[in-house]
Amino acid sequence: MARTASVQDMSSTRGGIRSHEDVARQRRGATRRGLNRLVLSVFTALLSLVFVLPFLWMISTSLKTDPQVYHIPPIWIPSPLRWANYPEGMTYVPFGLYFLNTMQYCAGTVLGVTISSALCAYGFSRLQWKGRNVLFFIVLATMMIPFQVRMIPLYLVFKRLGWLNTYLPLIIPSFTGSAYFIFMLRQFFMTIPTELSDAARIDGSSELGILFRIIVPLAKPALIVIALFQFMDAWNDYMGPLIYLRDTKMYPIAMGLEQMRAHSMNVSRPLVWPHLMAASAVVTIPVVFLYFFTQRTFVEGIALTGVKG
Amino acid sequence: MSAYTRRETRKILRGLLFVLPWIIGFLAFTLYPLLASAYYSLTDYDVLRPPKFVGLANYLQIFLKDDLFRLALFNTLYFVLIGVPAAFVTSFLFASLLNREMWGRSIYRTLFFLPSITPVVASVMVWLWIYNTEFGLINGILAANHLPVIPWLSSTKLAKPSLIIVQCWGEGASIVIFLAALRDVPRELYEAALVDGAGILRRFLNITIPMCTPVMLFVLLTGLIGTFQSFTLPWLLTRGGPNFSTELYSVYLYRNAFVSFKMGYASALAWLLFIIIAIFSVIVFTTSARWVYYRAE
Repeated sequence: MARTASVQDMSSTRGGIRSHEDVARQRRGATRRGLNRLVLSVFTALLSLVFVLPFLWMISTSLKTDPQVYHIPPIWIPSPLRWANYPEGMTYVPFGLYFLNTMQYCAGTVLGVTISSALCAYGFSRLQWKGRNVLFFIVLATMMIPFQVRMIPLYLVFKRLGWLNTYLPLIIPSFTGSAYFIFMLRQFFMTIPTELSDAARIDGSSELGILFRIIVPLAKPALIVIALFQFMDAWNDYMGPLIYLRDTKMYPIAMGLEQMRAHSMNVSRPLVWPHLMAASAVVTIPVVFLYFFTQRTFVEGIALTGVKG
Repeated sequence: MSAYTRRETRKILRGLLFVLPWIIGFLAFTLYPLLASAYYSLTDYDVLRPPKFVGLANYLQIFLKDDLFRLALFNTLYFVLIGVPAAFVTSFLFASLLNREMWGRSIYRTLFFLPSITPVVASVMVWLWIYNTEFGLINGILAANHLPVIPWLSSTKLAKPSLIIVQCWGEGASIVIFLAALRDVPRELYEAALVDGAGILRRFLNITIPMCTPVMLFVLLTGLIGTFQSFTLPWLLTRGGPNFSTELYSVYLYRNAFVSFKMGYASALAWLLFIIIAIFSVIVFTTSARWVYYRAE
């Protein structure tokens, strides 16, 4: 847009004199552009409202009293705001314990996946060796294999090892890297000039030293993206814990929320919507905060996987 | 020569050492399970007793006698053929919209992306409440205006579209990917088209879309593979109901494996799923040569 405007500028100043009509026409163009942008902005705002509405509905309901929930037409801004729904909503299931469980699961997999994927990506990008490309092709091919095919044997193996009801089946595989993250990091490592590692090699640095002293500091943004993605994946994961964890004491927060819904069948203390919405908000808020603070890194990371893939 | 080969060997060993974590993971958590499930698929296995070899009996049963399999496959194809294109088109249109210059663009971008980072379990709770037949958000408004309420998740006809709406809502990641692709389209092309007097629609059809086709292929493939494996959303939102109308393939597979503990049968289902995904991916890939435009670099 900016560039076309400057082309117009040049054509209208051709001959050295800007006529009044030219200036007027330009001004009209500018206002039309401004109006266009305003209309577009309003339209997009309305559309984005559709995306946000469920969140607003969640927060609104989480602050309602029980009669307000069943009011028709629906109430958007409850009065009074019933903040007590939040502490009360946390009492159906031990959310404090579940939060600590989730942190264990998240911390373990983030650590595992970041270190191992960095090591593997280094081997697949910064070292020259026979067979490298064949193996890397297999890495990519494994991304096509649905989890369902591996699910049953994995469950049986972990059962035999006595790992069910522990976080080992969820955390240990992350220490062998993830094809997706290895691929992402490899793409990033390839963009780092080889001169840097060559110089370090001449100075007698080991490959591991180069990885940790040169590559890792330079690839920090990409590593943070991976840590972030993994954290969110683990925080949101439902299927893995569903398969491997039977003991409710081991549940992560996502499963805790689902467990809470089962209380709607409870006769002595039936679950009410404001409590469920308050708990849902509590589960959602940490990831939303994390996303707000790391938005740029996050968006760039996703773009990196899609476009360069 | 021998010094050369020794150096080559050392290089290979060093490379292998770095990728060792992946090799271990590949052998233990991918290759072994893959082969084991192929074997289990030929057995009758309930976990309590050792697997009993039954040949192709599981596959024959699936193809000849299992009505629920056929239904689950049909439901999944419905999601693949309607849900994936719906999410694909909406996210591309949203991305094109967000690519235009306007006030508050970065805020809107954040808002569009928000649903996709929300924990699925939490968004399921919210949508259950939105879709609630009596007091949900939509039916509450309809009832207030004396309009008939919509039985979203409790009707066999509407359950599938309702699920697809939730899926489209959480499609933020593809919007971001499309946005990156749109930003990569060279400006010169648009300027040249403007000089030639091409309208906004012509520019969109003849420049924007062709330049984005490589990324479209990526989004289409991942969407396809993801939908075939879709489990958490249908499992939590409808448990496959009502009357199995949202019983997706992966839900049915999970039920066989971890509710009925028919591990052999479920393994056969899993391998069939693998083959179906592979066939669809190959189809998309081979036809992609016709519609994907790669910029010469």
